[in-house]
Amino acid sequence: MNCELEQTTVHGYFDGELDAVRSAQFERHLEGCAECQTALEDIESLRTMLQQSNSYQHASPDLRRRIHEQLEQAAGAERVTPARSRRWFLLPTFGVLAGAAAALAVMFFVAQPHPQSPRITAELIDAHVRSLQPGHLTDVLSTDQHTVKPWFDGKLDFIPPVTDYSEQGFPLVGGRLDVIGGQKVAALVYSRNKHVINLFVWPYREDEPGFGSSGSRQGYNWTTWQSGEMRFCLISDATSSDIVELKDLMHP
Amino acid sequence: MPEPQDKIRFEQLVLPHLDSATNLARWLLRNRADYEDVVQEAMLRAYRFFSRFQGGDARAWLLQIVRNTCYTWLEKNRASELMTEFNEEIHQGPSTSPEAMALQTDERKRLTVALEALSPRSREVVVLRELEGCSYKEIVEITGIPIGTVMSTLSRARGRLQRTLVAAAKEMS
Repeated sequence: MNCELEQTTVHGYFDGELDAVRSAQFERHLEGCAECQTALEDIESLRTMLQQSNSYQHASPDLRRRIHEQLEQAAGAERVTPARSRRWFLLPTFGVLAGAAAALAVMFFVAQPHPQSPRITAELIDAHVRSLQPGHLTDVLSTDQHTVKPWFDGKLDFIPPVTDYSEQGFPLVGGRLDVIGGQKVAALVYSRNKHVINLFVWPYREDEPGFGSSGSRQGYNWTTWQSGEMRFCLISDATSSDIVELKDLMHP
Repeated sequence: MPEPQDKIRFEQLVLPHLDSATNLARWLLRNRADYEDVVQEAMLRAYRFFSRFQGGDARAWLLQIVRNTCYTWLEKNRASELMTEFNEEIHQGPSTSPEAMALQTDERKRLTVALEALSPRSREVVVLRELEGCSYKEIVEITGIPIGTVMSTLSRARGRLQRTLVAAAKEMS
């Protein structure tokens, strides 16, 4: 090792954790330092290996069920309110929740100035995770593309392309409206084995921040592309090769 | 004690991070029966303490609880694993023997072996950064480890993983 630079600087740069000045300094250094170039490549290939190895452990259906039952029990022991009036809680809670979600979103973005996973990615993952909550996946539940497509009519100022890929192993499950970056988007839901895949579609805007064409975070893989006036993003806990396969069907 | 409306908020804010909780516990405890029990216990604790949640990053808040529950469990059941930190400081070589690694034919298993051979602290930092996508600041919030230590632990742990995997590849060829 001839390079005297701190190892943590190389890692900090790779992780997008250096401030602009130190980042620029490092880039200048990097031009002339083969050692740091190799180090960066090594860190990157390790990350790729880790993320593509399916090493992320999702909760099993059994564990989910156990936790759900446990919560019901814990809440049941404390509940004094009759079930009929429970619905009332939803209204005020929703406002508080929306506020909390917005605050959460803001904090999240401020705390995470990652060049590799900027805010739009975080929003897409949030939207995907939200959709997995009971009752949130679809507004129109149909495997028929001729039912799903007209459903969007009048709800958005654009119509997303809707195709069923059952024969290729990606059956259409339905669709819903979602919001990404304050903008209404179409969400189409596909399934792959037991995994849910969301396809988000929205009209491309000039001022839209760019984000990496594909990646992985919290065990979710995504890939994105542009076609004509529209932006597309596939996101799922299915393997990245499944996602690429579906992308190739949609956008050969 | 949580109110009924708290259950709804808990389900909306905290429960969506169950996968993150499971992944962290899986890598800290390794064994499925153990980590599932601990995740269940941690979720119950999170629910009981939910009134103390001040808003902000619900994932980091939950992961803090999961991590504490895991460490308490480790202290009680596998205290020896928590003693590996010091060894790791002095040994800079591969974290496990190349021969043992070469027995694992598929890459995923090799990675698992290499990761599990790290000390719990190194493992959690790598898992939070690479699998969970946490920023350094979030790792500090979750683990309570000072930022300088997070940075040095991460660079050292990545180095060890790389060396372990490269050594295994050489052994196989």
